[in-house]
Amino acid sequence: MQGIETAIQNAAKKLLAENKVDVVIGFENGSQPLRSTPVFIRKPEDAEKLTWNYTCENNLANYLRKKDQKIGVVVKGCDSRSIVALMKENQIDRDKLYIIGVPCSGMIDRKKVADIVEGKEIVEAECKDDSLVLKGRGFEKTISIADVLHRSCAACSYKNPVIYDEMVAEPVAEQSEDYSDIAEFEAKPVAERRAYLAKELSKCIRCYACRNACPMCYCEQCFVDCSTPEWIGKSASDVQDNLLFQAVRVFHGAGRCTDCGACERACPMGINLRILTRKLVKDAKELFDTEAGVNMEDKPALSTFNADDPQPFLVKE
Amino acid sequence: MIITKKDIPSFLDSLRNNYQVFAPVKQDNYTTFKAINSGSDAVLDYGNSKIPPKGILFPQTEELFRYKVDEKGTHLEETIDKEQKVVFGIRPCDAKSIALLDNVFNNNKYKDPYYLTRRENTVLVGLGCNEPQNTCFCTSVDGGPFDTTNLDILLVDIGDKFVVEVLTDKGKDLIKAANCSDASDSDKEAASKAKADANVTGKVNIDGLKEKLDNNFYDEIWDYISEKCLGCAACTYSCPTCHCFDIVDEAEDCDGCRVRNWDSCMFPLFTLHGSGHNPRPSGKERFRNRVMHKFKYFVDVNNATACVGCGRCIQNCPVNLDIREVLADIQGSEARSVS
Repeated sequence: MQGIETAIQNAAKKLLAENKVDVVIGFENGSQPLRSTPVFIRKPEDAEKLTWNYTCENNLANYLRKKDQKIGVVVKGCDSRSIVALMKENQIDRDKLYIIGVPCSGMIDRKKVADIVEGKEIVEAECKDDSLVLKGRGFEKTISIADVLHRSCAACSYKNPVIYDEMVAEPVAEQSEDYSDIAEFEAKPVAERRAYLAKELSKCIRCYACRNACPMCYCEQCFVDCSTPEWIGKSASDVQDNLLFQAVRVFHGAGRCTDCGACERACPMGINLRILTRKLVKDAKELFDTEAGVNMEDKPALSTFNADDPQPFLVKE
Repeated sequence: MIITKKDIPSFLDSLRNNYQVFAPVKQDNYTTFKAINSGSDAVLDYGNSKIPPKGILFPQTEELFRYKVDEKGTHLEETIDKEQKVVFGIRPCDAKSIALLDNVFNNNKYKDPYYLTRRENTVLVGLGCNEPQNTCFCTSVDGGPFDTTNLDILLVDIGDKFVVEVLTDKGKDLIKAANCSDASDSDKEAASKAKADANVTGKVNIDGLKEKLDNNFYDEIWDYISEKCLGCAACTYSCPTCHCFDIVDEAEDCDGCRVRNWDSCMFPLFTLHGSGHNPRPSGKERFRNRVMHKFKYFVDVNNATACVGCGRCIQNCPVNLDIREVLADIQGSEARSVS
């Protein structure tokens, strides 16, 4: 990780010194244990602030839409897929973007870590190779990083950026995709699924962190904010409305969602949102053999059709 | 007085005869205040609740009145919650936040009957913080881990029992139902030691901050200070002092209710005019407003800072935009002293 960090700093410094970009967006150390935070670097001498570790969890593609500046950006596999998807939707001008690609080994889920230490406050955390040393008042615990990765990272099959101008390290090994988690949920009776989703969505406080953290959620006016017509009730106390909000959000991401997990990471209430988003990712794959943002060639699922489509309503009589 | 920890569940159960009792309870991997059905549900060894208990007095969604229009005319029925309540185990910062909310809902221009009725009928039993979290900075904003502002009773944890400090008549009435005994000298000593040992390490410097904000509305610092902000309401909805709301009608034809919902200045819709004009068109203006409201406008109007240093906005921000760093940057980078 140290080598990657230095390579990112050097790349950023060079880009800024040579005026190839106006700003480099990456991560710096956060104010809390197990946190990094997005940073905007504009001077070559500030490039040393840039960091790389297991807590660089935010999807930086979220900061790239409709920008006039020339931007350098530090990109993981998931971020790169969002960038590709956004380029296809004319939200990002490739000519103004310099992509510093970083092979990613997954990011740490603080909620999983909190569970392991039973909610006790972590005062200090240090990564040592594959393990994480946690220190708090009256305890010290060493855990395996692999056990506390975000679920989206544990299931990720695009750890290496799919698009980049330079890669700062050798690619890491990819794993094959596995939708068994969603298949398991699909196999449950309707009532059980409904009860589970109602329980999860009962925690929603309508802060819309999920929507705002999603690189693909960029409507100028979100349907939840409409008052004429009022598509959805504004009160957070109605679980059905909370579910409707997520259902529409997720359907709007069908064929566009890259399963980066940014929505779930942003949720302060720890709602399992990927059970919905990933279901649509699986559907897009199975029904249309499409994955969002994996290459520049594929047409976006929602803007193409096939004359041999097995669903006859569109082109066949 | 002292009360042993093992006597707490039965005390809470006895209170439930006369009060709706709210206490911190575990839900998944966080703690939150809920009306409890059993005294043993209360969890008192917690850092702080995920969402502040302000919602007990000022709910996120609150029905103000119901209405119906039929051939006989218009029928209105106001919904005033008159139930007696106890908030048990509230942290001093959150109790102080209620003192700040009182300014908003009870002033010489407006008295909010919904809030005030609940407020008058609520007893606040505080729990001092022996181990403040590393996101806490209450001592920098006129509070403290054992601050008694607004509390009716303060509990000080001394191991297997609490030292009970009764602060008001409301508190005196409430504690009658408890199986308390007199505090010994060693109990009192232990309580003093707990207070002395509680160390709030987080700091912000608000000296001169208001004066800075009086003059820096157009400063270029606002162009950069919130650049990473996503514009969600995780900070405002987890803030014990944020109190902005929106009022909507939820109705089918002429049969409905008027509802008050929390709103957030971080949303574009918050200031969107009917004309389509938005005086706070981007995240820059919205974030500036949030800082200004807490550290300038509220001070102008109520002579108090609208932040109690609970640290929830720091914990809940999806991009770790830390208010302590924001304030330090406004003060000038030399003042940055985040622990």
